[in-house]
Amino acid sequence: MDCLEQKDTEATAPSVIDRYYTRWYRADMKGNPCEDHCILQHSNRLCVITLAETHPILQDGRSIKSINYQISDGCSRLNNKVSGKSKRGGQFVTDFAPLCRITCTDETEYTIYSCIRGRLLEVNESILKTPSLLLKKPFTDGYIAVILPKFEESKTITENLLSREEFESIVSKRSVAESQPS
Amino acid sequence: MLPLKEKDKPVVQKLLSAGCCARCVLRFCCVSVQAAYRKPHQETLKELQAFIGNTENGKSQDSVAADSTEENNKSHDATVPEPADEPADDPPSKRAKLELSGTEAPSEEDAAEEKLTEEPSVCVVCLGILQELCGTTQAVKIAEKVKAEKYEFETLVLSVSLPAQLCVREHSCWLHVKKELREKSMAVDKDDVVQVKEAFKWVLQGLVAKEIGGVAVVARSLFEISVGFTHKETDADCHFLATTCADCFRPTKNKQSVFTRMAVVKALEKISDTKFLTHYACPPAKPTSSCSSQDVQCLHQCVFVAGRYNKYSRSLPQTPWVIDGERRMESSVEELIAESVLSSFRSEGFNFSSSGREDVDVRTLGTGRPFAMELLNPHRSNLSRAEMKLLQETINNSSDKIKVRDLQIVSREAMGKMKEGEEDKTKSYTALIWTLKPIQSEDIAFMDDIKDLTLDQKTPLRVLHRRALAVRPRVVHSMKTRFLDSHHFYLEMKTQAGTYIKEFVHGDFGRTKPNLCELLKTDTDILELDVESVDVDWPPSIPE
Ligand SMILES: [Zn+2]
Repeated sequence: MDCLEQKDTEATAPSVIDRYYTRWYRADMKGNPCEDHCILQHSNRLCVITLAETHPILQDGRSIKSINYQISDGCSRLNNKVSGKSKRGGQFVTDFAPLCRITCTDETEYTIYSCIRGRLLEVNESILKTPSLLLKKPFTDGYIAVILPKFEESKTITENLLSREEFESIVSKRSVAESQPS
Repeated sequence: MLPLKEKDKPVVQKLLSAGCCARCVLRFCCVSVQAAYRKPHQETLKELQAFIGNTENGKSQDSVAADSTEENNKSHDATVPEPADEPADDPPSKRAKLELSGTEAPSEEDAAEEKLTEEPSVCVVCLGILQELCGTTQAVKIAEKVKAEKYEFETLVLSVSLPAQLCVREHSCWLHVKKELREKSMAVDKDDVVQVKEAFKWVLQGLVAKEIGGVAVVARSLFEISVGFTHKETDADCHFLATTCADCFRPTKNKQSVFTRMAVVKALEKISDTKFLTHYACPPAKPTSSCSSQDVQCLHQCVFVAGRYNKYSRSLPQTPWVIDGERRMESSVEELIAESVLSSFRSEGFNFSSSGREDVDVRTLGTGRPFAMELLNPHRSNLSRAEMKLLQETINNSSDKIKVRDLQIVSREAMGKMKEGEEDKTKSYTALIWTLKPIQSEDIAFMDDIKDLTLDQKTPLRVLHRRALAVRPRVVHSMKTRFLDSHHFYLEMKTQAGTYIKEFVHGDFGRTKPNLCELLKTDTDILELDVESVDVDWPPSIPE
C-alpha cells in the first residue's frame, strides 16, 4: 500500500527523465534471466546506461559488496578519457561490451553491458565511493555509464532494443509464469 | 592645353603610331593633371596629333638640344606632373593658340592621322577602358543601378577590376617607349606611368557624381561601387608567363584562373626584358573589340545595431531551431527583432549575437539581455535617434513575445564590449522548484544564508554531445527562497555567468555537485526559469 502511494506521487511528479529522455531496454542480457538493462536516450542522441528496475541486483533487499570497472587485465573503463568537442580518445564499445562487474554481499556477481554501439564518454565514479546510490537511485545518480552513438547511427542503434511497452509486456509474462505452479 | 613639353614629342609620336589611345599617351607621359584626362578622349587625340604634327620638322635638332640640358634637370623634370595637379585651368589664350595652330596649317601627316581617327580603333594598351568605357554611358549605367537599388549615402568610392592581361600589355608598351622616356628623363621609371585604374577613376568619378547628384566620390567611403571588365579575345596574353615563371601561378582552390592580377604583376617583375620580348609583341597587337563591362556591383559596409531584449515566451527559441533539417517552433527572438530592423535599413541579411543565451523555455525579464546585429549591405544606414526610437516601437508593437530597449547604432569595435568579460559577469535568476518530499517554509529558509557556494559542474548531458567534457567550478553567490506550497517554492539566485541552473536544481544524474537535491535531501526539479538580469553594462542605456 505504502509502495503504491509512493509510485502515484512519482508518476504525477515531473521528471527530468520523462522530459528529455526515451527509455529503451534489453531483457535477459546474454540469456541470463531478468538481467535487464535500461538505456536512456536523450533527444540529443546521447545514451545513459542504467540497471532496469527488474534487475536481480535491485531485488530481494540485496546490497552491494563491490563494483569493478576493470573488465579484464588489460582494460579498465576508469582509464577512459575523452578530450575536445569530438571526444577524442574515448573507448569505442559495441552492443555487448562489458562496462563493469558488480558483486553483491551474497557473492552473486553480475556484468553490466554497454547495450549499444558508441563512444564511451564517462563511467559513474560516484557509485564506487557510494555503492548504495546504485540501489537508492538506480536510474539517475546510480547510472553506470554514458555512451555517445555515432551521429549517423543515432536512429538505428535503438532498432534492436525494446520499447517501454514491449519490455513491460515481457515482464508481465514473467510474473505470470512465476505465479503458475510448475 | 596639353600639359606636355617639347621633349615628350618622340614618345607621343611612338605611342600614337603603336595604337595607343589619347589617355594612354598622357599616362605614359606621366601626366598627372587630372583635368587633362577628363576632356573627351577624341578631343585630346586631335590635340596630340596637332602637337606632334606642327613641329614635325626640326624635331631631331630639338631633342638633341634638349638632351644636353636635360642631364642637370632630370630630377626636377620627373616631378613636373605632381605640382601641376592643381592648376588645371590653363590660360585660355594658350589653348586657343594651340588649337589654332593645329588646324591652321595641316601638314600631310596631319591629314593622314585625321583619317585614322575616323575609324574608332580600340587602344592596344587599355583595350577601350579609357575610351568609350569611361564615358557618360558608363556613368549613367552606374547611376541607374544605384537608383534602382535605392541606396542612400553621402559619399561613395569607386573600385574597378581590370583584366589581368592589361598588365602584360602595359609592360609591352613600357618596353616600347622606355628608351624615349629615358631620353626625356633618366629618372623615369615604370612606376611613374599613371595607372589605368587611376586615370579611369579620374575620368569617371566626376561623371558619376554628376549623374547621381548630391554625392561626393571619395577615396574612402562606406559605400562602394565596383565595375569590372573582361576581354576574352586577349585572355591568352598572360599564358606565356606560366612557362617563364611557373612559381607565380600555383593553382589555388577558390580561384577560377591562376592568372590573377597579383600573379601576373609578380611574374612581370621577375621576367627579363629580353625574355619578355621573345614571347610577346612589342608594341602589343591590335585588338578587334574593346572590353566588355560586367554588372555594376554596389556594396554598403555593414552597420551594427545593438540593444537589449526581453523574452516573455516559454516556447520561443533565441535563434531558429532546426532538428534534422526540420523547423521546430515557428519563430525566434532574432527573427522577431530582425524583421523590422532589416526593413528599416533595407539590409540584405544579418548576423545576430548576444551576451549568452537562454533556453527555449526560459524567459528573460528585467532590463533584458544585450544583443547586437551585423547588418549586411544596408541600403540605408544613417538612421537618426528619432528613427531608431520609432524602429524600436515598431519591433515592440509587432509581437508581445519580446520587447527591445536601448536600440542604437554602434561601431564594430564597440561590439567587443558585449563579449568581453562575459565569464566574470553575474546573472540573476528566479526558478520555480518542485520537491518530492513535502516542505514547510522553515525547511528551505537555511538556503537564504548560503553565500558563494562553489559548484563542480560536469558538462551537462544535454549539451555534452557538442561540448567538451570537463568539470567546471561555478559560484552561486546568493540564494533567496519564497515558499509557495508544500511541494513548490521560488528560488532566486545570483550566480556566476556560465552556471547551468537547471542542472544545479535536478542534479543531472549527480553530475553537478552539490545540487539542490543534496541540499534539501529530497528529489527536486525545476518547473520554470526566468533570467532576471544580465549584468553587462553595454550597450549604454537610452533614457525613454
Ligand atoms: Zn588606352
